[in-house]
Amino acid sequence: MKSSLKQRLPALVMVGPIVIWLALFIVVPLIYVLAISFMNRGVYSGVVMEFTLGNYVQMLDLEYLNVFWKSILLALETSLICLLLGYPFAVVMAKADKRMKPAMMLLIMLPFWTNSLIRTYGWNTLLRSEGIINNLLLRLGLIQKPLELLYTDGAVLLGMVYTLFPFMVLPLYSSIEKLDPALMEAAGDLGARRVRSFLRVMLPLTAPGIFAGTIQVFIPTLGYFFISDMMGGGKTMYIGNLIKNQFLSARNWPLGAALSILLILLTLLLMKLYSRVGKMEDMV
Amino acid sequence: MTEKKEVPPAGGGEERPVIIELKDVCKSFEDTRVVRHMDLQVREGEFLTLLGPSGCGKTTTLRMIAGFEQPTSGQLLIEGQDMKGKAPYERNVNTVFQNYALFPHMTVFDNIAFGLVEKKVSKKEIRARVEEMLRLVQLQGFGDRMPSQLSGGQKQRVAIARALVNNPKVLLLDEPLGALDLKLRKQMQTELKHLQKSLGITFIYVTHDQEEALTMSDRIAVMNEGVLEQADVPSRIYEHPVSKFVAEFIGETNIIEAYLDAVDGDCLHATMECGHATIYAPGFVLEEMVYLSVRPENLKCSLTPVPGFAVRGIVREHIYVGNLIKTMIELPTGQILRMLSLPFTPLAQLGQLVYVYWEKDKAVLMHTKEEKLYNLIESGMLGKGEAL
Amino acid sequence: MKQKKRRALSPQAVIYACLIYLFLYLPIFVVIAFSFNTSKMNIVFEGFTFEWYWKMFENRSLMDALKNTLIVAAASTGLSVVIGTIAAVGMYKFHFRMKNVINNALYIPVVIPEIVLGISLLAFFSLVGVQMGMGTLIISHVTFSLPFVVITLRSRLAGYDKSMEEAAMDLGANQWRTFRRVTLPILAPGIMSGAMLALTMSLDDVIVSFFTTGPNSTTLPIKIFGMVRKGVSPDVNALSTLMILATVLILITSNIIEGRMEKRKG
Repeated sequence: MKSSLKQRLPALVMVGPIVIWLALFIVVPLIYVLAISFMNRGVYSGVVMEFTLGNYVQMLDLEYLNVFWKSILLALETSLICLLLGYPFAVVMAKADKRMKPAMMLLIMLPFWTNSLIRTYGWNTLLRSEGIINNLLLRLGLIQKPLELLYTDGAVLLGMVYTLFPFMVLPLYSSIEKLDPALMEAAGDLGARRVRSFLRVMLPLTAPGIFAGTIQVFIPTLGYFFISDMMGGGKTMYIGNLIKNQFLSARNWPLGAALSILLILLTLLLMKLYSRVGKMEDMV
Repeated sequence: MTEKKEVPPAGGGEERPVIIELKDVCKSFEDTRVVRHMDLQVREGEFLTLLGPSGCGKTTTLRMIAGFEQPTSGQLLIEGQDMKGKAPYERNVNTVFQNYALFPHMTVFDNIAFGLVEKKVSKKEIRARVEEMLRLVQLQGFGDRMPSQLSGGQKQRVAIARALVNNPKVLLLDEPLGALDLKLRKQMQTELKHLQKSLGITFIYVTHDQEEALTMSDRIAVMNEGVLEQADVPSRIYEHPVSKFVAEFIGETNIIEAYLDAVDGDCLHATMECGHATIYAPGFVLEEMVYLSVRPENLKCSLTPVPGFAVRGIVREHIYVGNLIKTMIELPTGQILRMLSLPFTPLAQLGQLVYVYWEKDKAVLMHTKEEKLYNLIESGMLGKGEAL
Repeated sequence: MKQKKRRALSPQAVIYACLIYLFLYLPIFVVIAFSFNTSKMNIVFEGFTFEWYWKMFENRSLMDALKNTLIVAAASTGLSVVIGTIAAVGMYKFHFRMKNVINNALYIPVVIPEIVLGISLLAFFSLVGVQMGMGTLIISHVTFSLPFVVITLRSRLAGYDKSMEEAAMDLGANQWRTFRRVTLPILAPGIMSGAMLALTMSLDDVIVSFFTTGPNSTTLPIKIFGMVRKGVSPDVNALSTLMILATVLILITSNIIEGRMEKRKG
């Protein structure tokens, strides 16, 4: 059946604005980024319309490879710690009394929605050499001179784990919540010990949640430059800082664009892996 | 070959004016033809049921009358006016939805008042008319409740009140009792019937439940695969189905293929794979393949041969169904005939050879599908290129 | 469900949960506590004062940042709710070939790292020659919150019964009246939670804002980011405390609204 313009008009009017918005502010900018990643940088800033693969070749420099390695390592560490801390917590939350659950959820959501910069700043206050923790330890006489807590790789890791923890807990919780407790009882009934029934029943069934949580922690870790700035003091360069610098201080946009494309490719790869385990909808 | 049969006149309200008329109405979705060449007249004050299995086009027909769907071709008249292009809110009909479709954000009162508010009726009159409706459906004092606080039966009543308060000429009901449990459904059936009789409003009622249709309707329109098979009063639908589908869909029946091969007095002689029978069959001619339908309660068996019949079978099973006994008789062809008898009649023993027969006018003959198709093409109802 | 109730949490589990919450709330408590500290340095708590809350209002640049933050949050929330609601309803009602494309495009800002969204918008704005400022900030905030509004609303629409609208039309309401009296009120809770989400996301954003802000449109997070190295004055603590309070209020309100809606649904 062919539909006339009159039939199509309401759909056009309703869906049109979002299509224009998505096209103009997501699709076009991303294509533009892809384009400039293949161009030369200008003398002062901006880009020159010349095709080159130089930006991608440049990323193979040892210096940059080191940055990637550090970033991936940080992202892996962050994801792993979030998972190890978050899984038991999600189990506790899933097992909690029905009346307690909304409150526990709200308590997780609160810091999640509080400005992450303010919270990171809170850690900054706690950790700096003249900060609360050092001050407390000095007064108690446990240490003679302030510990180097802030501006270390460990502080960056702490900041990342802290900020991204809720991203891990929420998908874990929803997949554990869905799990029928009778399944674990059945596993026990069939002779599996607690560790074995965890490994053979609970873990596989909550795998989508684990994957979703890991991706939602892993990907942002690569881009959260303000945490590594505020907690690491810029001592160690991560990929997020590198991209930020190319766009704001070094003004080498093509290299920054190429780095961003690398991030996107990495994200797509992870999503592809994820789509084999779970549904897209569960990510949000 | 065969003479065209006139649809027998419906009992009662024949003199009443036609309020809704469908003329050669077709409806297609994408490539699926949902309603095919439907002709139907509904008279004022009539309780008409559209009956058929799911997917037969009955709900689509109702939705076309309501204005939710537009016919692909053909004409739909309400009170003599062509409804082409008329939106639901421009029609003087109201619908009771299958799942009630009560507005969850409004109280019972506001739900019922919805249509009146749209008509800009004064607040005072709205109050009076809604209260009257609440009384009518026996829900006085429920005005302030939210739909979520009501039971299924109560929601049903609100849905009916919400439609009736607008004084529609026709009330359309789309399987309104489908979601209720059996006991409540029976009760609501009687209530609805009384309501319709006392208000005198035309009801068009969609259901797939043949028992519901038989007990409630003035007239039943049986639909199958988009085609209106038969529209008639319940007793004629049951006793004189015009097609194999109608015979099988309404009540239980035994269908046997037969060939009319000889005249036998005022009856015809039918040859079947399982034997012979004599049938009173006006309107049928010799040398035709037909379906023969005998209701289980009309089937009889005898231990000795019966004149005019030569159908033998073996008693396979007796099933006690409370007020009646159901007997399964296996014919030599392997077909199982079902027979209903009263509990105190003597039963043939299992495995016994019996002679099956029936009163000559208790069997109904129906054209086979091929015959029907031929007639349809002859009468010009189907284009030559169209297939059923 | 019944089986879950039977088994109470073990003390270890409760302690574990409390430790996690302590970890999550520790820096927040620090920020709040020091907003009431008499000392100018965020080191030891010397005494209780409201002084910084008064000082905060005198700090012009801080107030400007607050004003910008609120304007961007309000404008981007409004825009994304309007566009998102209309789009979600349209996508629910109509079937068209583009639907899958739109669905996939919606997930792009959700899954790609924020920094990529930020730099792509920066590059795009400078390509078309738009001056960075409030306008670019609002556009970028709408861009990342729009998908969440649509997705939230779509999950509401999944349980929405089309016959509700047919019933309204049947009772004499035309398309507009049906939308106003039936569709909109039924979707209201979904629209509300979408709006809350957009609002908190806008208030929370650092990364995208960082790239799309201009010299005269500094928002609070950007302002704080700039101050951290040099040392933050306690009036920032006071303002942060107010922002935390605002987030708490928004979250609790939306929780209450949702709870009430659930109850009404029965």
